[in-house]
Amino acid sequence: MIYATLAFAMGCFGIGLLLNLWRIMRGPDLADRILALDTMVINVIALLILYGIYGGTAIYYEAAMLIAMVGFVSTVAYCRFVLRGDIIE
Amino acid sequence: MELIVEILVSFFLVIAGIFGLVGSFGMIKLKDTMQRLHAPTKATTLGIGGVLIASMLYFSLVKGAFSFHELLITLFLFLTAAITANFIAKTYMVRNVTRDELPETGRRIGWSIFDDPPETPPSKE
Repeated sequence: MIYATLAFAMGCFGIGLLLNLWRIMRGPDLADRILALDTMVINVIALLILYGIYGGTAIYYEAAMLIAMVGFVSTVAYCRFVLRGDIIE
Repeated sequence: MELIVEILVSFFLVIAGIFGLVGSFGMIKLKDTMQRLHAPTKATTLGIGGVLIASMLYFSLVKGAFSFHELLITLFLFLTAAITANFIAKTYMVRNVTRDELPETGRRIGWSIFDDPPETPPSKE
């Protein structure tokens, strides 16, 4: 039963990634694209942890944690670049 | 006992999948950028939270290895979601809102998206 629900959850987050890609493609504003990229990072974290449960290993937590940090820093850096024209003043 | 654990883990996985899909579906469903800012919070809190709770339950009850990694990821995401949303809203404002549309701040310093930060902090006035 766990494997069936794992497949369901993976499918949900995978469809979510496709919807975010559509939003990145359409825009219309730059803020939409940054927001869609940030949501993609969230979906990828969920997919990684689900894959960790599927494989039965705890090795994917570190990867999920790293992706969470990189996603946050990249989103803030992109926003700061648009806001101030510079990332670190 | 085994069945109860399986039902519990499956319940959290289904909840997480549904909320993750709702969060991403809101990205294409909602009309305005500021409205769309609302949608991914569902995926961040309930989607990721459900996945992490299911993972904690699975590894502690089925595999017999308890760990706190998942709580770290939850804490980090909860802390950073607010900052990210604030920055994205500021990015939208600086590109689409003019200075005339905003009300006065009523202070020495104007809106942070238009004015540079002050040299001295406001409390030293």
